[in-house]
Parts: sequence; C-alpha cells; structure tokens
Amino acid sequence: MFGDNEFSMTIPLIYRRWDVAGVKPGCVSWNDTKGMPASKHYILLWRRFMLLVTIALAALPLPAQQTPIAIVGAHVIPISGPEFDNGVLVVQGGKIVAAGPASSTKIPENAQRINASGKILMPGLIDSHSHIGSPAGGDGSAPIQPDVRVLDAINVRDARIQKAQAGGITTANVMPGSGHLLSGQTVYLKLKDGRTIDDLFIHLADGRIAGGMKMANGTNSRRQPPFPGTRAKSAALVREQYVKAEEYRDKIRKAAGDASKMPPRDLNMEALVEVLDGKRVVQFHTHRHDDILTVLRLANEFHFKVVLHHVSDAWMVAEQIAAAHVPVSLIVIDSPGGKIEAKDASFFSGAALEKAGVLVGFHTDDPITDSRLLLRSAALAIRAGMSREKALYGLTMANARILELQDRIGSLEPGKDADFILLSGDPFSVYTHVLETWVEGVKVFDRSDPKDYLYAVGGYGASHDQDGMILDDEEKEEQ
Amino acid sequence: MRRQTFVFACLALAAAPVLLEAQLAVRGDKLYTMSGAPINDGVVLLRGGKIERAGPASQVSVPSGYKLLRAKVITPGLVDAHSTVGLTGYLNQPQDQDMLEKSAPIQPELRAIDAYDGRDRLVGYIRGFGVTTIHTGHGPGALISGQTMIAKTAYDNVERATIVPIAMVAATLGEGARAETGKSPGTRAKMIAMLREEFIKAQEYTKKREKPATDKDKDKDKEPPARELRLEMLARLVKGEVPLLVTVHRANDILSTIRLGQEFHLKIVLDGVAEAYLVLPEIKTSGYPVILHPTMQRSDSETENLSMITATKLRDAGIPFALQSGFENYVPKTRVILFEAGIAAANGLSFEEALASITSSAAKIIGVWDRVGSIEPGKDADVALYDGDPFEYTTHCTGVVIDGQVVSTASN
Repeated sequence: MFGDNEFSMTIPLIYRRWDVAGVKPGCVSWNDTKGMPASKHYILLWRRFMLLVTIALAALPLPAQQTPIAIVGAHVIPISGPEFDNGVLVVQGGKIVAAGPASSTKIPENAQRINASGKILMPGLIDSHSHIGSPAGGDGSAPIQPDVRVLDAINVRDARIQKAQAGGITTANVMPGSGHLLSGQTVYLKLKDGRTIDDLFIHLADGRIAGGMKMANGTNSRRQPPFPGTRAKSAALVREQYVKAEEYRDKIRKAAGDASKMPPRDLNMEALVEVLDGKRVVQFHTHRHDDILTVLRLANEFHFKVVLHHVSDAWMVAEQIAAAHVPVSLIVIDSPGGKIEAKDASFFSGAALEKAGVLVGFHTDDPITDSRLLLRSAALAIRAGMSREKALYGLTMANARILELQDRIGSLEPGKDADFILLSGDPFSVYTHVLETWVEGVKVFDRSDPKDYLYAVGGYGASHDQDGMILDDEEKEEQ
Repeated sequence: MRRQTFVFACLALAAAPVLLEAQLAVRGDKLYTMSGAPINDGVVLLRGGKIERAGPASQVSVPSGYKLLRAKVITPGLVDAHSTVGLTGYLNQPQDQDMLEKSAPIQPELRAIDAYDGRDRLVGYIRGFGVTTIHTGHGPGALISGQTMIAKTAYDNVERATIVPIAMVAATLGEGARAETGKSPGTRAKMIAMLREEFIKAQEYTKKREKPATDKDKDKDKEPPARELRLEMLARLVKGEVPLLVTVHRANDILSTIRLGQEFHLKIVLDGVAEAYLVLPEIKTSGYPVILHPTMQRSDSETENLSMITATKLRDAGIPFALQSGFENYVPKTRVILFEAGIAAANGLSFEEALASITSSAAKIIGVWDRVGSIEPGKDADVALYDGDPFEYTTHCTGVVIDGQVVSTASN
C-alpha cells in the first residue's frame, strides 16, 4: 500500500487517509528492515510515523458545520405546522436553529446566506425501508437469525447511497432481506458522504446504534427445511424463539445484577430481549391480509413494537390495523402482481389507511422502487385519494416515528437535525426535481454539480461505487 | 402474412357489428391530435369505430344522437411500443408466464397469438391508464425467443384483439441471451456466430424454395425443400418482410447488432438500448429506430448505465424513438407507459415529444400508423381522457375509448 515512499509522501493527505482507512492491522509488515541501509531505515520510520499521524487524523470525528447558514426566500413546508412563503431556515452545528417566515425570523449577522427564492424547502425525506448499500443479513443456515447485524455488511461507497441523496432522502432504514422469518438487525443511516459506515450511524442516548429488527411472513420466508414450509409453521417457529427470549429475559431479571446468576451470553437471545424490552422495533415484511393479522397476533402475544411493511392488502384490513395502533410503512408499485402476495396491491392503500386513522409512512424498498422517486410514491397515493398533508407527513414525520427518531428528524423545528431538501417546485409534481439535499448542515447533493447530476439522472458510471474524490468538498470545509 | 391478416380481419369484423353502430363525441379543453398543433376546446366525433372528424368546438358541432364525454385533456389512445403483457401474467407464476420458452436458443416459429391472454388483469390495468394498443409477445431472454403481435387492449378474445398477428421477431443480444453453463450461446461472439449461421441457412432456404422448378430439376428429382417453420420465419427476416426486434443494452452489443443487420440487410428495431447515448452517430447512420427502455427501469447489470435523459439525446440526434413498458420479471409486473413518458417529460423532452413517444412515434415504429397513434379522420376511434396534465402524478385518466366503444370511465 505504501510501497513507493516518494509517492506516499507527495500525494495529498486526504488520499492517504483514504488508503489508511482501508488498512487492516497487520497489513503493514514490521519485520522487513533487516540489512537495510540507515537512510532507508529512517525513511521507513518516517513512513510509520506518518501512518500513525494519518490514522489519528482519520479517527477524528468529522468537523460539524459551525458557521451559521441561513436559507432564505423559499416556500417552506415545515411539516410541524402550516406552510409559509418567504421563509428562513437557520442551521448551525448540524442542527436547526430557527425556521419561520422572514418577517419574524432573526438571521445571525455572521450567517452565510443562501438564496432559495422560487424553491421549495422541506425536511429531508426518510425512507423507512431500503436496501441501499447492498446489505446482506442472515445466511441460509436458519430461518431466524437475530444475532446478525446488517451494519456489518453495508458498502458505504455503493452508488445507490448517492442516488438516494439525489432523491432527497437523508435518513434510511437499511434492512436485510425478506427471505427469513427474522433476517437480522436493521440500521438507520444518515445519508452523509461517509468514509466508513460508522460515519452514517445514528447513536442513541444509551450509546446503541439505532436500528430495528427485520422480520417477514408469507411466501418469501417459506423455503426448504430448516426454513418453514407453511404459514402456521412460520408463526410457530417465531413463537418458539420469542418464548425462549422471554425465559432468557426473566433469568436476567432474576439475576438482578448478580453476575454469577446471569445466563451465559447468547447473541440471539440478547437481540430478541431488546425487542421484548421495546428497545428495537420490529420492522415486519407482510403482504396478504391474513399474514398482516398474524403479525398483529404475534405482536400482541409478545408485546413487541411493530411496524407493518409493504402491506399489499392493507386496504382490506385497514380497520384492524388501526385498532391495533400499529403503523404502516407502505410501498407503492406501478402495477399489481409480480408475486402472488402483491396481486391486490393498490395505489388506494394510503387513502384507506388514512381514513382508518393509521400512521402511514412511505418507503422505496430500493431496488424495488428507485430511491430517486420516493416523492412519487406519495404522489401516487394522493392520486388515489390520500390527503396532501398526510402524504407529506408520510415522507417525513410518520417515518421518523416509525424509526422512533421523531425527536431528531422529520420536521423543520429548532433543535432537530439540519436535514432538509430544496425542490424546484411542488413536491408532488412529476416536473419537480430535488435540487439540493443537506444532512446535518452539510450539502450532500447538488443537482447543478455534474458529479451529482450523474447520480440524479443516470448515465455512464452512475452505478459504479463512488471513489475517493467524494471527500473533496469535505477537504475544502476543513481548510 | 396477407392471408393471416385477412383471416383476422374477417374474424374482427364478424365480432364487431354492435360497435360499428356506436356514435360518440369527446370534447376537451385541450385536444392533442398528434397530427397537428394542439387544439383548445377540441371536439372529436367517433362513428362506426373510426374517427369521423376532429377540430375546435367552434368548427365541429356535436350532432344529435351522439353521446358526449368531456375532459380537460384528450389524447390519442396510447400505444405501448413494446410490452409482454398478455404473455407475462400478473401472478408471475410458472403457469402464467409464456413469454420465454427455454428449450432452445433460437425459436422464431413461436407465435405470440398462440399465447396471448386478453383476460389477464394487467391488460385491463394498463387500459385504465389510456393504453389502447400494445405491441406484445415473446420477451427478451433468448437469442431469438419468438414472434410479437399487436393487439387492442379492449378484447378478451385474441382473434378480436389482434390487429397484427406477426409484428416482429424478438431477439436478445448480451447477458440476457447467455445460455446456462455448457450450452450455447455462452459468449457474445458465439451469439453472433449462431445468428449468422441461421440467417445464411435462411438465405439458402429462400433460394431453394423460391427457385422455379424446371423440368430438368424434376428429372433429377430435385423437389424444393420441405417446409420448416423456423426457416420460414427466418427467411421473412432476411427478406426484410418482418423486422427483427433486438433487445440490446451495452454499446458494443448495439454495434454488433448494427453489423449483423447490415450483413443480412435486416429490418432492425433496436430495443432497450441503455447505452444508446454512447453510439448515437452509429445508430443514426444505421437508420434503425429505437424503442427505448422504460425511463424508470432499474439500473443494474447490463442496464447499470441507463439514463433518464437518453430520450432527449435520441431526439437531439434525430433518431426516431418510442418509449415502452418493457419486460419485468418481478414487482411491478408491468410498467405503464403513461408514467414512463411523464418521467421523460420531466427530464428534457417537451410535453408533446413525450406524448409522441407513446402515441404517434410508437405507432410509426411498430408499423400501425395507418390505424392508430393520432386523432385523424379514418383512423381507429381510440382516445384517452384526463382531468389534467396526463403526466402529472396526481392527474387521473378518466376515460378510455377503443374502436369507438367506451371501455373505461373509472378515475385511474
């Protein structure tokens, strides 16, 4: 990696940081200096020193945006209240400082002003179900794998993360697939331009990394043994594991902090206990009306927090979902079918759920629908009768609540993360483009930048992993 | 071909006497005829399954006895230049998937009319969004997968639905045509070699079949070769009677297609063509029209470089093109050209250019411009009605008329 000393000394520091970030301990040999002339030995030492320096630099947290920024003149859709014209959004340190009409909102004197007149400003979109970053969860060994964390399997350089930014998505629930009854722990990511996946994590107050638990029922998880062959068997296998988890939790409670009485550590059980304790929401893939009711039955039996995902037949059982006070994360697909369970999927589900009083968020299920077109999904729900207000809510606050991040994201309110987007027109017009996407006060997508435009519309190389150049902007900010 | 068309025409006429009596008028704030400038407050009179007259309301009055439908916007019935609906059922189970026979790589003798299911839910589904004519049939996924056909979406019965029983022969070049390990074709070069061999056989077959039998030949017991369905169809390709629809995405595969087309003087229609923008001059010179991939098609594998602005680049290069719903092997089971054109309109095409890509241009490229694709006297009475800009997400298709018959008044 550092084979050519001169090269390593002359390339910009930023690239060396890239390289070092990819070095595993042990990759650099420490036993190759025997018989070397002193000068060469010195150079090697210097290289090692620089290596340590760069590792130290790389480990520093990214500097937060410090100078206040004021986005002025836009029509603002704050979600937390009525829309207003000629708005001002002030952000500093990655947080929203103020959001309101120009007439009543103070702009700090040292603020960098960005004119957004003629544009629409709204919170960054939240995708409550996505597979960007090419994640893989559980393997083929078992139908229930709570120990598996999708955060261990995400390609942070996946071009689809850039495309999601181009679609105005600032937070995504990245999930393992639906081929298991339980395919692992999901992760809620901030779509920053990250060097490592850690840059994208959301840390909760207790230090844990925010994420849910992916479960599924219906046909996708029906396979050859040890996977279930029927729906009843699917539910039985799930119940068996949750009963075990309850017993495991009870042992921990009984131990009351006495280490000698604690049960042996079991990663599967520990993860399920988080679910039982309400610390990890179950994000449950389900389509058919009876499968939806099975999810509600299981959640009721084991008292876990659950969100229904996809929910093709939602419109058939909207009342039952409402009665259970369970939210829905909805996919909108261009035509019904493609699999038996989706044969009755309809644009109408959003309207039916709204009428029943269900909390409805939208998702892309990228690659099933395109992250660049999440606004479109909500617009098609409006086409079939959903209100504009609830459609906007479904792209932002509803999804924030589905991820239990409603105190941090989902609306333009002081104290929340400075995640927002600028649009060229009405959010639900086909002719509207996402112009800019900002995450925690840092612009991560700009349609007028040719590099970003490539991700927005596609073209040669638009699906290739991003390269080190992505850090250019960051480097500028540091200087 | 002519005989088949005639048989279908007879069947169609026999099934349609009721429709011929229908008299209908549609009036819209904006009427896009696609045969002239848009008309404000336009009226179209439909009679006997055909368009009788179209023009501004000030010039075209609605005669008594005509049922009147009103809308904000009226367009010709939409023409989907390439679909597999009717062969790829919406359940996506083995029993409703008839677009691909995998027993051999080259099967041009497979007729689409023997597989089309007009009752499949997706036919009605796309009809609800204004699609009145579809070019459908065998899909991508084999070197030559079979024939395509053109149908009206109004009819359950294939004989009634069909307007062109053999429209094109569907071929695929690139990853989609690769056979399983150990079988041919396993490489791109092999694909072309196999096709060249077939077309040479077809040329020889044509020569032998069409050579006038002389007495001398008879003496030598030289009868023309026996009919072979496969070679018969290939012969029609090399004679230029039927176009070869080649689904191809990568730039180098597009060039291979053009090379093959020129060697055998094939009438080629380029289909999919994700990387068309890399070889625009070559496509332009070839004279081959393009049926472009859906604007919202997933970008992966061979289509990883597709772009939402390719339509604008084809326009700028002066290459005739249409949009398509394409083939989908999962959810959603079909796309809807109305939506695909909308995204193209949002990414550089003008409204009318995008509309042309799913009406007039589509009809021209698939060879049915004499019947559909515009609102002109004498053409089929196919129109679609909307309560606003047809491309807007929140607009509805509020009415669909096919052959003068109102087939949908739902708000979709």
